[in-house]
Formats: sequence, structure tokens, C-alpha cells
Amino acid sequence: MSITTTRGTAAAALSSPTGSRHFKAKSRPGERVIIWALRFAALLTVATTVGIVVSLVVPAVEFFTEINVGDFLFGDRWAPRFAEASFGVLPLITATAWTTGISLLVAVPLGLGAAIYLSEYARPRVRKVLKPVLEVLAGIPTVVYGLFALTFVQSVVFKQWLELPTGAFSVLAAGLVMGVMIVPTIASISEDALSAVPMSLRQGSAALGANRMQTSLKIVVPAAVSGIVAAVVLGVSRAIGETMIVAMAAGQQARMVAGPLEQGQTMTGFMASAALGDSRVGSLEYNTLFAVGLLLFALTLVVNMISIQIVRRLRKAY
Amino acid sequence: MNNTMPAAPATDDVAAHLGESSPGTHLERPDNPIMACEDVDIFYGDFKAVSNVSLQFGFNEITALIGPSGCGKSTVLRSLNRMNDLIEGARVEGTITFRGEEIYGKKVDPIEVRRRIGMVFQKANPFPKSIYDNVAYGPRVSGMKVESMDELVESSLRAAALWDEVKDKLKDSGLGLSGGQQQRLCIARTIAVRPDVILMDEPCSSLDPIATLRIEDLMHELKQDFSIVIVTHNMQQAARVADRTAFFTALSAEGSGDRTGVLVEYAPTRKIFDDPADQRTEDYVSGRFG
Repeated sequence: MSITTTRGTAAAALSSPTGSRHFKAKSRPGERVIIWALRFAALLTVATTVGIVVSLVVPAVEFFTEINVGDFLFGDRWAPRFAEASFGVLPLITATAWTTGISLLVAVPLGLGAAIYLSEYARPRVRKVLKPVLEVLAGIPTVVYGLFALTFVQSVVFKQWLELPTGAFSVLAAGLVMGVMIVPTIASISEDALSAVPMSLRQGSAALGANRMQTSLKIVVPAAVSGIVAAVVLGVSRAIGETMIVAMAAGQQARMVAGPLEQGQTMTGFMASAALGDSRVGSLEYNTLFAVGLLLFALTLVVNMISIQIVRRLRKAY
Repeated sequence: MNNTMPAAPATDDVAAHLGESSPGTHLERPDNPIMACEDVDIFYGDFKAVSNVSLQFGFNEITALIGPSGCGKSTVLRSLNRMNDLIEGARVEGTITFRGEEIYGKKVDPIEVRRRIGMVFQKANPFPKSIYDNVAYGPRVSGMKVESMDELVESSLRAAALWDEVKDKLKDSGLGLSGGQQQRLCIARTIAVRPDVILMDEPCSSLDPIATLRIEDLMHELKQDFSIVIVTHNMQQAARVADRTAFFTALSAEGSGDRTGVLVEYAPTRKIFDDPADQRTEDYVSGRFG
């Protein structure tokens, strides 16, 4: 009761014309400006995202009034510019699946291995040097990786050294190099997750006669699994969305990809080349771009939602 | 078995402070020690955390290490199963033996040391796994030949006085238990690998008095099968559970702020509390200091 009374008095004092004797209210205009600036920054981000979705959806809907959704999703011939046009997106999806799959085969073991090494084995001094180096690797422009994939991996390593039966492009070269590009992302985020596992769990394990490998694989990795899954998912999203490497090294012809040494155009690769073309705004060819874009967006969204579910199920407090 | 270091000279800065009462020499020792420290110095980098400790730990006895904060009692405990190895820069000089064998010897595998000398920590640290898997973890990783894991888990949980409380939820996470139950789970986990010695680092410091009493009762039972070394800052606890008690204190080395832990007195617990030989021990156990 007394609390209410005190509050009442305080409120009365504040609202009285003379104001508070000790705690006079001050106006702080600077603070208000800052709050509004920050609020604007937050809202702008949201508005941009909404804008992107809308600008994708509107032309895409227009596309689907002309082309059957089933024909689009399950058709296996992609020839939007031919006289006898066909809009089956499967060739693009197979190419994306190949490059993404190959890149993950490279990036997940390497990234996780690097993370476990950095967090569980490396001496603090080694870690202090290696982790920033790893993160710098993540900052290399993808066009550089693309050039490397095209001119070195594909034409020198695959064709000259290994004499593989392959053309100027292959999903393997693009996938491998893309995998290398993703390693730092997976390694860095997984390492954060592993390092966050309390030391006491490692000590408890060691005190039971477990060696480092057992402690790492049976205690630390399971305890950090939600962070590791998050890292892998981010890697998947980057692989699906990566454009420059696949546009340069995977190929430009949209055909069903049956093997790693074949060339193939990915969804992003198609969008990059078509966006540079001279298709008329509002034409079917122009709208095709947005239909593929929307599909790409939906795919990444699904991957992210699945991962959120996995993380939720696996999360363990410690 | 040989000393890796000659005994610290008597002119040693810190040892000089001790004057006549050089530790552990004129006192009743356990006649059947399972472990022993001889002239042990422990360093963290250049910092000497513990100086010149000689101690014997009796077979199937409870030995308590007591003393004020910073006196090095936990450091000594952690050197007994080479947990200090996990700390960058930690170094042990002198001899620590288990059944007469030097545990810091060149050909000794620290992992084997920790299998024979288990440890229970200050804060219960169950793994984020089921109660069953927490107990089965040690036997599994050490490749113990186990006829029935179910039986081993049950007997370990029974030995830790936890079975009746958890027998219907063995698949539940160990993290769902109360603090006292978690600590008993950690004890069960340690028992499961059948060590000879169990080290306990202030095992009750985060528990309420009732949970503490349960663990103390448990220690009396465990004494039948295991030798126990416990670090505690609770003198009553040492008086209640320990057969022998070692009192440590911290001395400031001259000219520096570094405080080094030394063993002041080691004797049967009753003697430490009723008739201590050293004035500092008396001051501490009677509550005038620390």
C-alpha cells in the first residue's frame, strides 16, 4: 500500500507546475534523434526485404498465368528463348543440386574438421593466428574463386593434368571451388559453437579417462550441435545462392546434368545471364527471371525453416 | 620413481617461513598409503602456486585438504590425477606416486592415470545426455569389458544413492535433476569406471545443507571401496568425514605479491581439530583466521 502512495506522490510532484525538487525531468533531444535514427535503420531493412519479395512475386505471378506451375516445376527442357520455348526448370535445379551437393561434400568435413582442430586441439597462440586468416578467406570476392575454378581447376587440373573427359566447364570444378569458398563460413561458426561449450564438460570427460578425440566427438560436438547445424545451413544457403562461381565455371547450357563432369546452368547462373540480356520488361522471357528467382527464394526459405526445426529439436542446455 | 627434482633447498624463500615445522615429517602417516606426494612444487607458468608439499593418502581412507582461499589445496588435488595437464603452462615438480609408481613418469599415459584416479568437481557437470548415458559414458570410452551395461549403471547409481530417485527416468536428461542429484550423478559416473581413488573438489560447495549431508553419508559408504581425497573450505565437513586432514595456507613470497600455498600440518583429523601442533592451524580451525 505504501508503495502505491509513494508512487502517487512522486507522480503528483512531477506533474505539479514546480516539478520535482530533486529529480527534475530534463528533455534530451539528442537521445530522441538517435532513437529515431536507429528505428529508421531497422525499419528500412524490413521494408527492403518486403520490397524484394513483392518485386519478385508480382512478375512471377504474371509468369504463372501463362505457364502452368506443374510444367515449370517438373518439365525437363529449359529453353525460354527458343522459338519453340519451353519452361521446365528441372535442368536448372539439377545443376544447382550438383554444384551444391559437391560443395557441401567438400565444405562440411573440411569446415567441421577445421573447427574441431581450432577449438579442441590448437594452442591458443595458433588459434589466435589461424582464425583471423580463415575469416579473411571468407572475404575473397567470389569472382576470384570463379576465375580460379575456370582457368585452373577445370582447364589445368582436370583437362591437362588428369586428362578427364570434360569440356570447358563442369559442375565438379564449380562445386569443388564453391566448397572451398564455404569452408571458412562453416568453420568459423562451428568453432564459435564448440568454444561456447563449457570447459567443465571437457574436464568431466577427461576425468573419466576419455581421450581428446572422444571428448571432442562424444561430448563437445553433440553439445554444440545446434550451432553446427546452423553453420551447415548457412553454408547450404550460400551454395544455393552463389552465382559468380557457377556462372563462370559450371556452364551456360541448361541441360539435365547426369554426372559431375558435365556442364550445366544453375538457377543463379541462368538469372545472371538472363538479367544481362535484352529481354523486354514485362515480356514472358523477362518474367521467367522472376519465377526462377522466386523458386530460389522459396528453396532457401525451406532450408532455413528445416534447420530451425532441427536446431530446436537438438538444442541442449548446458 | 626417482625424484625428477632434488628436494627444495631449505633456503627456499617460502620454506624459510615455515621454520621448524617442516611439513609432514614428524606426523603420523597412514601406514598403507595408496598415493603420495613428495616435495611437490606446482607452477602456473612462472608463478609458483604450491611449494614443497609432502603428503600421503591412506588406502580406503578419506583425506581432507583444508585451508583458506588461494592456499593451493585445489591445485594439489588436481595434480593428483593430472588434470593440471589440461591447463596451459601448468607444471609439476617433485614426485607424485600411485601405488609406488610415479604418475608424471615419461612412459605414463595421463588418460590411464585418470581412469584409476577419478574426479568429482566443485560444480556438478553432468553431460547433456541421459542419466543412463552419463553413467555409461566412462565405461564406454575406456573400452571396459562390461557384461551388462544395465547392471553396471544400476550398481553405480545405487552406490551413489541415486538409484531410487532416477530408476524410472533413466532416459531423461541428467540436466533435469536437482543440484544435489546432479552431483550424485557425477559421483555415480565416476564410480562406474571403478577407479581406486576419487578426488573431490569442494563437491558440496553449491549444495544446500540437506544435499550436503547426503553426499557426506555417501562418502562414508564409498570409503569401503575407494580411497577419497576431498578439498573443502568447510571445516565442519572435514571434521565429519575425514580420517586425516591436511591444512594448507598461503605465504607471500618476499618482494612480490605472489602467494604460494604450503602445507602447514598433516595429521589424523581429530588431532588437527583438537590438538594442532601449529599455531596457524589452531587459529584456522578455531575460526580466528581465514
